[in-house]
Amino acid sequence: MDTNSSDARPVLEAPDIARMLTRIAHEIVERAKGADDVVLLGIPTRGVFLARRLADKLEQITGRPMPVGSLDITMYRDDLRLRPARALARTHIPGEGIDGRLVVLVDDVLFSGRTIRAALDALGDIGRPRAVQLAVLVDRGHRELPIRADYVGKNLPTSLRETVRVQLAEEDGRDTVLLGVREPAPATER
Amino acid sequence: MKHHLISAADLTRDDAVLILDTAEEMARVADRPIKKLPTLRGRTVVNLFFEDSTRTRISFEAAAKRLSADVINFSAKGSSVSKGESLKDTALTLEAMGADAVVIRHHASGAPYRLANSGWIDGAVVNAGDGTHEHPTQALLDAFTMRRRLVGRDRGIGRDLAGRRITIVGDVLHSRVARSNVLLLNTLGAEVTLVAPPTLVPIGVESWPCEVSYDLDSVLPKSDAVMMLRVQRERMNAAFFPTEREYSRRYGLDGDRMARMPEDSIVMHPGPMNRGMEITAEVADSDRCTAVEQVANGVSTRMAVLYLLLGGAEPAAPAPHARTEETK
Repeated sequence: MDTNSSDARPVLEAPDIARMLTRIAHEIVERAKGADDVVLLGIPTRGVFLARRLADKLEQITGRPMPVGSLDITMYRDDLRLRPARALARTHIPGEGIDGRLVVLVDDVLFSGRTIRAALDALGDIGRPRAVQLAVLVDRGHRELPIRADYVGKNLPTSLRETVRVQLAEEDGRDTVLLGVREPAPATER
Repeated sequence: MKHHLISAADLTRDDAVLILDTAEEMARVADRPIKKLPTLRGRTVVNLFFEDSTRTRISFEAAAKRLSADVINFSAKGSSVSKGESLKDTALTLEAMGADAVVIRHHASGAPYRLANSGWIDGAVVNAGDGTHEHPTQALLDAFTMRRRLVGRDRGIGRDLAGRRITIVGDVLHSRVARSNVLLLNTLGAEVTLVAPPTLVPIGVESWPCEVSYDLDSVLPKSDAVMMLRVQRERMNAAFFPTEREYSRRYGLDGDRMARMPEDSIVMHPGPMNRGMEITAEVADSDRCTAVEQVANGVSTRMAVLYLLLGGAEPAAPAPHARTEETK
């Protein structure tokens, strides 16, 4: 997953990310008509942090506590057999459950769409939401499945040789989005 | 991780912690309306049981099915083994059927090792108990139960059992559970003490990474977990102790003895229990006894082992750096 960080250049900084999350939070309230039945589920690792930040902003806007959890999709991936078995991350569904609710999936980068396909399968085993929407910080294009995001922080046109890396303070010590050039070596995911 | 799981000694500290962490996530699947994951779809797991076992076989079967693997149960009774088929021919048959993993229980110590290292089959071999040698998945589920109870369900993620004092009491000589537990608990940093009558301590125990004591009462107050082993009457063809009554008086756990254990300590038993022999009903039914919990944890732990061995193109390797804390 490591890209050559010396070549990677930042395309988004902390204030940009904060503004985008605020805008997405307002869009969710608008589209969901008050966001009464919204449940935010972040996809590990960085989607979880983004979901928590979105939940904080939604609480400020609506004045109500916002259920937020995480959805690990490792066991539902379609490329499991292509790599060594990998460690699992936490799936945490808020106490209210997801049945009949509007689930907003949150991830950092939308690329092939395969992660979201896996997330939709995982959701199906957990309950039956009223609807599922998708919020991503960066949409870099190159979809391999008919999947699109409902809320996008930034559309970032890229070539397949480029890498997009989101860093968040909770995990990496700072907020930034880096655009780099892929090493000719092994392919990174997303 | 290695391609097979034959001995608890095959696991490094990081391998073992990865299995326990994975088992913790698997345990959450049991709380969902659909207790099934698609991860091992299209893979075949063969339960090859040459020796009677209910809970281990059911546990492996439940684990494989929750991961959507196809399960074939093969028990020696009523099979071609009773017509004299050798382990090799049985193995070649399973290989021809396309087994991705073979879970083997055998009365002969070393049978799983032979199966794994003979070149007869390509799939992963998981030792589900061989003779008086090892039972690594039992040790893993015991360690999982200890970590949950002694460290905490969420707090335990990424951690081992460093500094915990574990006492294993009873028929160590015939116990594969004891050997696997000593090896694994030592890997995880726990301090293990074996307590047994001298006749039930195996030869060569001085090379095991543990202490040995003959006096249960002196060890109990310093134990975070006490694991009572079943007295295996079926393997005893000599007089190892004078009477059952004397054994249970000196090495059995009753309410009085349990009262002298530290407050948060737990009592474990791999099952099946001989109530009145190594453990009294009062202890077995108390909140501190984890025997039933261990059975439930067995399914989660075996799911973790099967997933990590079969889920990818090759067995999982622990991440070079510690996993990120995801607890909130």
